[in-house]
Amino acid sequence: MKYWNQQIETISRDQLESLQSERLSKTVAHAWEHCAPYRVKMEKAGLQPGNIQGINDLTKLPLTLKDDLRDSYPYGMFAVPMSHVVRIHATSGTTGKQTVVGYTKGDLDVWNECMARCLTMAGATAADIVHVSYGFALFTGGLGGQGGGETIGAATIPAATGNTKRQLQMFTDFGSTVLLCTPSYAMYLGDAVREAGIKDQLKLRIGVLGAEAWTEQMRGEIEERLGIRCYDIFGTAELMGPGVSCECAERNGLHVMEDHFIVEILDPETKKPLPDGQPGELVFSCITKEALPLIRYNTRDICTIDRKPCTCGRNFTRMGKITGRTDDMLIIRGVNVFPSQVESVLLGIPGAAPHYLLVVDRVSNLDTLEVQAEINADFPFDEVRRVEELERRISAELLSVLGVSAKVTLKPPGSVERFELKAKRVLDKRKGTN
Amino acid sequence: MFIDQISVFVENKQGALKDILKILADGKIDLRAISIADTSDFGILRMIVPNPDGALELFRSKGVTASKTQVTGCKLSDTPGSLYHVLNTLHDAGISVEYVYAFITRKDEDAYVILRVEDNDAAQKTLLAAGHSLIDPHDLYGI
Repeated sequence: MKYWNQQIETISRDQLESLQSERLSKTVAHAWEHCAPYRVKMEKAGLQPGNIQGINDLTKLPLTLKDDLRDSYPYGMFAVPMSHVVRIHATSGTTGKQTVVGYTKGDLDVWNECMARCLTMAGATAADIVHVSYGFALFTGGLGGQGGGETIGAATIPAATGNTKRQLQMFTDFGSTVLLCTPSYAMYLGDAVREAGIKDQLKLRIGVLGAEAWTEQMRGEIEERLGIRCYDIFGTAELMGPGVSCECAERNGLHVMEDHFIVEILDPETKKPLPDGQPGELVFSCITKEALPLIRYNTRDICTIDRKPCTCGRNFTRMGKITGRTDDMLIIRGVNVFPSQVESVLLGIPGAAPHYLLVVDRVSNLDTLEVQAEINADFPFDEVRRVEELERRISAELLSVLGVSAKVTLKPPGSVERFELKAKRVLDKRKGTN
Repeated sequence: MFIDQISVFVENKQGALKDILKILADGKIDLRAISIADTSDFGILRMIVPNPDGALELFRSKGVTASKTQVTGCKLSDTPGSLYHVLNTLHDAGISVEYVYAFITRKDEDAYVILRVEDNDAAQKTLLAAGHSLIDPHDLYGI
């Protein structure tokens, strides 16, 4: 089966654009009616819902940023009463507070539909055994993958992450055929398979990998280690989760589910749309979301788009690989990390000074994060025990705020470089992945 | 009778300790005693110098953060078991020792030991009551 939903996936551009126009004006009216921050933004821009008749009016609308979600923490941007919300997920915010996202029953149906299309695009069917090794809990990857696998009728294993030995045992004993996880975790599992010498016992054939940037070289290595064919999948929690776009068999860009999301590429400076093929900020408008209808949400990812039809038969616009970001967000083991989160943790701990450097590396195919922070000059550093207690406390707070573990290295006061203008707080040693 | 000890938090990287000692060398500061606590991430350099406040000021002027800690000095005979007796006396009194380091001098036959305890007063009373003798800071600085 080539398509999950052939009618919509092969819709003509003309029909698609009229569907998008209809859905956009409906969504704008819904947001205006039920979401005060949107009404305020639109009024500031001198707009009424009636001004947005279709996609040609899209660029009149103000952009939405992650900070808008922070300012309305936790539920202020929700456009439905909480009694209609059936699921909550969360992702990193730019400071200590998380970005909270909500879904109605209808939103989950759309998510499952999108994930089902992605898995089908990659070649998965009801006969497959889908192994979901994303983090479950608040991260969207786990439950998003689970929903997609179940929707196509595949036996879907909520394997989650960790316990490598058990992951390999599930591969061989449960007969997993489709792997969903981050590319770096797939590499890690691939290494473990190689070490255990069990590649010939695997039934794996497809990998649908996402939540972080990866290179073609890494794709080749994962495919070799696990004996699979890999496809890139994209999504963010703010928009939905994985399934906003995915590669088809052609692997020539990720098809955006344009009946649910309108995609634009904007000049990072002027915020004006750029011609296809030119790299700029990747912006999405949700046109069917009920609980969190983000309009012109600026992901701050740098990407290109191509609207030409694909040889797979789909007319959905294709995104290229994400090549960077226009803010300082890092993706570590699939988790979004902002240096400002680290700063807020350090500011909250007496004994630590908010002068810091994040050192990100990839060791044995897993991302590592080291936080080098200065010890306060008035901290009683004469005793090893106290310094180590301070390190442990910072580590614990970072884990709770960032959601990833970090090694804390305390530095003497004044030893971390100071910056007068734009501070350089990150040293990313990973090659070609971010 | 407290001894002022100077401590410097040192990064665990090649040359870091040497750089600290160069400041002392250039400032013509004589070291009476030195001890280093090291972990995989950092080190703490502790030292006894003739003019603690002067050393503190010197470090500050070079942008190195140093701190002053009051420690107890105990004089003991340079014979086997003498340090054990000191520590046993403190243990019996329920006083725990954070760290300890010892040195000998050219001046006499005695050994000197620096003790870092939570409560210097209690430790010193206990040691004196058990017949141990304490180091007068001025004697120590002027060795």
